[in-house]
Amino acid sequence: MPNLPDDLRLLEAESIAILREVAAAFARPVLLYSIGKDSGVLLHLARKAFHPGRVPFPLLHVDTGWKFRDMIAFRNETARRLELDLIVHMNREGVARGIDPIRSGSAVHTRVMKTEALRQALDQHGFDAAIGGARRDEEKSRAKERVFSVRTASHSWDPRDQRPEPWRLWNTRIRPGESVRVFPLSNWTEMDVWRYVAAEGLPVVPLYFAAERPVVHRAGTLIMVDDDRLPLNPGETPEMRRVRFRTLGCYPLSGAIESSAETVEDIIAEMRASRTSERQGRLIDGDEPASMERKKREGYF
Amino acid sequence: MSAGTGHNPASTSTPSRGLLRFLTCGSVDDGKSTLIGRLLHDAGLVPDDQLAQVLRDSRGRTDEEGGIDFSLLVDGLEAEREQGITIDVAHRFFATDRRSFIVADAPGHEQYTRNMATAASTAALAVLLVDARKGLLTQTRRHAVVCSLMGIRHVVLAINKMDLAGCEEAVFTAIAQDFADFAAPLGFATVTAIPLSARRGDNVVHRSAAMDWYRGPALLEHLETAAVEDGDALAGPLRFLVEWVNRPNADFRGLSGTLLSGRLAPGDAVTVWPSGRRARVARVVTFDGDRPLARAGDAVTVTLEEAVDAARGDLLAGAEDDAGASPEVADQFAAHLLWMAEEPLIPGRSYLMRVGARWMPATVTALRHAVNVETLEHTAAATLVMNAVGLCNLSTAAPIAFDAYAANRHTGSFILVDRFSNRTVGAGMILHPLRRAANLHRQELAVSAAERAAAKGQRPAVLWFTGLSGAGKSTVANRLERQLHALGHHTMMLDGDNVRLGLNRDLGFTDADRVENIRRVGEVAKLMAEAGLIVLCAFIAPFRAEREALRALFPEGQFLEVFVDTPLEECVRRDPKGLYAKAQAGSLRNFTGVDSPYERPETPDLRLDTTTEDADALAARVVEDLRARGVLGI
Repeated sequence: MPNLPDDLRLLEAESIAILREVAAAFARPVLLYSIGKDSGVLLHLARKAFHPGRVPFPLLHVDTGWKFRDMIAFRNETARRLELDLIVHMNREGVARGIDPIRSGSAVHTRVMKTEALRQALDQHGFDAAIGGARRDEEKSRAKERVFSVRTASHSWDPRDQRPEPWRLWNTRIRPGESVRVFPLSNWTEMDVWRYVAAEGLPVVPLYFAAERPVVHRAGTLIMVDDDRLPLNPGETPEMRRVRFRTLGCYPLSGAIESSAETVEDIIAEMRASRTSERQGRLIDGDEPASMERKKREGYF
Repeated sequence: MSAGTGHNPASTSTPSRGLLRFLTCGSVDDGKSTLIGRLLHDAGLVPDDQLAQVLRDSRGRTDEEGGIDFSLLVDGLEAEREQGITIDVAHRFFATDRRSFIVADAPGHEQYTRNMATAASTAALAVLLVDARKGLLTQTRRHAVVCSLMGIRHVVLAINKMDLAGCEEAVFTAIAQDFADFAAPLGFATVTAIPLSARRGDNVVHRSAAMDWYRGPALLEHLETAAVEDGDALAGPLRFLVEWVNRPNADFRGLSGTLLSGRLAPGDAVTVWPSGRRARVARVVTFDGDRPLARAGDAVTVTLEEAVDAARGDLLAGAEDDAGASPEVADQFAAHLLWMAEEPLIPGRSYLMRVGARWMPATVTALRHAVNVETLEHTAAATLVMNAVGLCNLSTAAPIAFDAYAANRHTGSFILVDRFSNRTVGAGMILHPLRRAANLHRQELAVSAAERAAAKGQRPAVLWFTGLSGAGKSTVANRLERQLHALGHHTMMLDGDNVRLGLNRDLGFTDADRVENIRRVGEVAKLMAEAGLIVLCAFIAPFRAEREALRALFPEGQFLEVFVDTPLEECVRRDPKGLYAKAQAGSLRNFTGVDSPYERPETPDLRLDTTTEDADALAARVVEDLRARGVLGI
């Protein structure tokens, strides 16, 4: 903390206060851990918030079965190293139905294997507060999301009926069956996250760093051939390119960018020079106009 | 990772980069969203793919072919894009080499004043937009007043659309002077007027050649360099809010929280409020090792030398005796209250108040006056509707520790929440404590309620019969009292009509009077329960919030909500007192079920259906229920 620039010190303190608030105000909170850099920062902040005590809530990873292999390895290693209480949930019904990101399409895959899977896991464990790493700078409908965002018993969100959130006087009161989504990183930007990763020396999934990887060109982006489940179109052959990822998700839906950034400092330098936004590589947002707002109303994080 | 146990030296040098939270406000159509969009664009902060998207979306929305509608960069929700207005507060983030910025873009319409106040609550500076062609409008004035009320001390008066006013210096000067005159009583520390055109980009990031008469900074330059209050929090008196009691094992007890103002170091003498107990700081613990000093804004964990009791929501302050070192402690105080809910404020109703990290019941005991946020005039008012501001006296269920809002925005603010819907209904700024209640202490009673009840061979209980007029509440309650009496139990009956003839004869039937009626009856029932009685109350009590508040008056399980569920049509048919006939004829106003609402209990402790069983049978069922709950048999 003493080494952080003032802006990061204040963001860190605000997030820590929010995490303590969740632990104090809710009966059964859970931290949604998606393995990416934002989740990594969130986890680190949670460890700081309750030090020397342990993080007083479990972590939940909603696994779609299509995450990069490096992500799963990183997740398991992190859980082991930090002795975390990690719950992994997969929508078995979706798996049985044969839902996958390629044949079912990104919209169906995301709805069944992410949104519905998340709702299943929250209901099954009776979690009343789910902490996520979403940031307001990611996307326009997120810009108006509250830090403590109430969901009905069926997990839906009404953007027209949000509680005002003056000062830091969070309204954490909910009725039986309702739950909240909590976003401690609301006021962080992608750049803040990387600067914090650098300042705190946090480990991140190696996929964020440039390396020679087998990729194919699809829909104007580069898709990595992470395993043999990716069907190749006629005439398509994977080629080795020096690429990295700005965001991580299901590998067939995550576009890579050509890059030579091999360290966090390189990434920060690349971002300063970059002219495209973070979600550009995400195929799911472009499904339809205002698609993120619709997904969030249905219970997507 | 920087985790370690060594002591890190305190940073004494000025940190490299600060954080400025500001909001943009002003009248609808004065171009707020366009200004932010332009600011981000000209500062080179709009990514190419977003810009391409906005270029596509701009078709048909701008005058010139290929033009960019910059407001599309910030108007997020679907409804807003359709209506072309900003409804909710949108947050934007950008950084230059000098500062990081968090921008809250606040809506302009009057019906969204509450959203604007929310945005203002955490901002240090406001950019207030004015259309150069229109000058100060009602909304401009209202936003200036709300900014002042919410504690913003620095204002940038952004006089926009100068290109459409011929870039005339005289136009700019006249508006700036108008504002200076209007804002004089608002107490802003600085007001900086800048002439600009968001659409053309004049004086937003780059100085404008078209207005060479203007010698001041462009907007971004001013935002990067404006002095705001960061230093005040550091220099202020110690305020540490306990957010979490950290007890990982029997050997460690820490108070985790945020240092809201001042400094804190091991060895410091502190006072825990509201209890007033004194202690000395042992350690300032963080994940990165113990610290020799914590300063305003830090999230740390404090351990104390003495094992004093401290809980979440307590405030640590300095132990000095000089004025300002200690917070105020009171259970009655005066505050400005901004109302945020569709349903108006009801003085006397019990709301939940959050202040710091504490929740407790609170009541507006008096609405002294409403404040006209356009003229600052005071007007008499019986209630506050949405977006209205009033000066109120409030009373809390227990003493709280606070500061005047003007001295500390963190410890001087509160929200009010509806007990039933859990909506945030009000935002308050505390002015000063009221001393009236200081010497009223609750008499400790030598004989307890349980002992009195045990002497009667029963447990005290309050059965609240709620339902429409004519539902049969009094009838069932009367039969029940007969049956209980026959069983040798000690009871008392409180009936709506009887109470209104005596104790509450000063009350009418407005919403506020109904709330006060129920509140008084609840207090009487409580005294009777303390006497060990089984109290039967037959009152319509139409609002869920009051019934929830009643329940909160009693120990767990002592208050039973009995819903006498008779459909309205049946009540109208029975009409035992002829009241429905009068109400429907219009000669009786505010009649529940006719022109005043009845909110049905969702989870009553008992539900009685008068259409299937008669009063004696229903009363017998209640007796069985009371026996099962252990009220009757000890």
